[in-house]
Amino acid sequence: MSALRIHVEGMGLWSPQLGDFDALRRLLDGGSPPPPPARPAAAMMASNERRRAPESVLLAVEVAGQAVAMSGRVAATLACVFSSSHGEQSITDYMCATLAHSPTELSPTRFHNSVHNAPVGYWTIAVGCHEPSTAVCADRASFGAGLLEAAGQVLAEQRPVLLVCADTAGSGPLGKLIGGEQPFACALVLAPTAGAATRARLDIRLNAGAAPTELASPLSGWRAGNASAEALPLLAALARGAGRCQLAAGPQLGLQVDTEAVA
Amino acid sequence: MGHGLAAQRETLESMRSGLRPNDFSRAPLACWIGRVDGLEQAALPAEYAPWECRNNRLAWLGLNQDGFLARVQQARQRHGANRIGLFVGTSTSSIGATEEAYRRLDADGNFPADMQRPAIHAPHSLAAFVAAALGLEGPCLTVSTACSSSAKVFASAQRMIALGLIDAAVVGGVDTLCDSVLFGFNALELVSTQPCRPFDLTRDGISIGEAAGFALLQRVEAAPQAPRLLGYGEASDAHHMSTPHPQGLGAGLALHAALARAGLDAAQVDYINLHGTASQKNDEVEAALVSRTFPATTRASSTKGFTGHTLGASGILEATVALQAIEHGLVPGNLGGDTPDPACGPSFAWRNEQQPVRVALSNSFGFGGNNACLAFAAAGFAA
Repeated sequence: MSALRIHVEGMGLWSPQLGDFDALRRLLDGGSPPPPPARPAAAMMASNERRRAPESVLLAVEVAGQAVAMSGRVAATLACVFSSSHGEQSITDYMCATLAHSPTELSPTRFHNSVHNAPVGYWTIAVGCHEPSTAVCADRASFGAGLLEAAGQVLAEQRPVLLVCADTAGSGPLGKLIGGEQPFACALVLAPTAGAATRARLDIRLNAGAAPTELASPLSGWRAGNASAEALPLLAALARGAGRCQLAAGPQLGLQVDTEAVA
Repeated sequence: MGHGLAAQRETLESMRSGLRPNDFSRAPLACWIGRVDGLEQAALPAEYAPWECRNNRLAWLGLNQDGFLARVQQARQRHGANRIGLFVGTSTSSIGATEEAYRRLDADGNFPADMQRPAIHAPHSLAAFVAAALGLEGPCLTVSTACSSSAKVFASAQRMIALGLIDAAVVGGVDTLCDSVLFGFNALELVSTQPCRPFDLTRDGISIGEAAGFALLQRVEAAPQAPRLLGYGEASDAHHMSTPHPQGLGAGLALHAALARAGLDAAQVDYINLHGTASQKNDEVEAALVSRTFPATTRASSTKGFTGHTLGASGILEATVALQAIEHGLVPGNLGGDTPDPACGPSFAWRNEQQPVRVALSNSFGFGGNNACLAFAAAGFAA
């Protein structure tokens, strides 16, 4: 099988240490980028929505906004693939705790915010997007499997796609079991053909799931602390401008991704 | 409706509802549910014990119907385990197990020992279990877009087959009754106290059900006698998290995208299985969409009066109804619509009708304004 070739037009990134994609680039160049404010700005949302929004929504909207701005595309024209291993953990924790003690007091708003597609739903509402949108997951392989789904849409439908992968930190008894030390979110705007906005070209090949690319500290620790940070090998290759990395796409499936910067 | 396609068909033919008064959970709300009998006694085989939970039990029950396991086994031998994708939809996956763990936290606030199984406390639980049970090693993805989830899996599979990434795909969906959805939809005041009445003038909310369904997709050359997936459409309302767009904008975009991809005119559609949840808004919007899109010769109904709203499983469940309509020439009647809403046009089939069905659509809409439409046709159909 020949490689799936797609083009990256924009990148977004947010973690407690890195406020955008350029911060990762500076870090890898030996710099010390200042950490972002504690709460993602998520400037694409209306302020009243932003105040009420759960963290998973803020994370996704923040990185989506960054990546779309870099691409120069109109947000409403992009199909959306939003991936997350566990979705909004604090709401899952709230719901299960409330249901255990006082089920009839469950908050209707928190319930409709508990759906896995809440972040992509809020994003489409914020930017007026009527294109296809989906919310997916695959445990630790949520970024790789989401990238494959996005590449499928880019190439089979010849359309630009916004890929977002975000997870919150663990919360409550559930968080103690499944981990998740800190939030992490990233986004890519992907296109089928090269254009003026193209920043890098990705050649993606399926393979039998070799071990994911090793990372140096502090990236290795950030990856261990959040399922969505499995994206870091590819983000690092994009920041450096070139490289080959291996991502998990499932228990027995991997993606080998060759990145090449496009001037 | 029972187990397997024959039971589903018999239930449809007899216009018999599978709904019952709610007897689920410790403090059942006054409503009706579509509950699968016998799951409590249907333990998973010992080798799958780490995956034990109600949702995976229902998945296993579904996989064991209609010779499906053998079909997948044949496809594995033909194509190879890494050339078959797995795409499943679910809204809440096995969150029922997480709810149980929270009811039984130990003195230190930790999950009890038997529930310390991280894989089932994740939305990917269903897909990971089915991949293990079927021995599939290709792309494996959970789609969780609320009530459109297991319709959208057909789109993901069709794209990856078209790109040559895989040669076949297992698609499906499973959702099971759990406190999250029963109390959650109740909090939103979307649950009827009676059996749901889709498109009825007096409808006042949904009935929640549970279901599992699966399908094997292959290229036409590999299965020339099988019914066809002609196309799919997906679109977003960009309107509200829990209320559909008042003019059905996203629903209409998804429907027309499916027709365009399938190369169909609306008049070629013989039957459309509607989302038809029996919520005030959904049915109002969807009835108007049918009226402005299809001639009276296109027959339309919701089958949620039989099954209740099975949430993330409704896409695959109603895809099987559309495929049964094609195979048996059965247009199922819109059970529960005893006093039809005048907004419903002449397309509505209020009683069962027997007529050839060459082309059938299935609508699925979810929270977050997430819309999908699937187009199926009989084997050999050319638009």
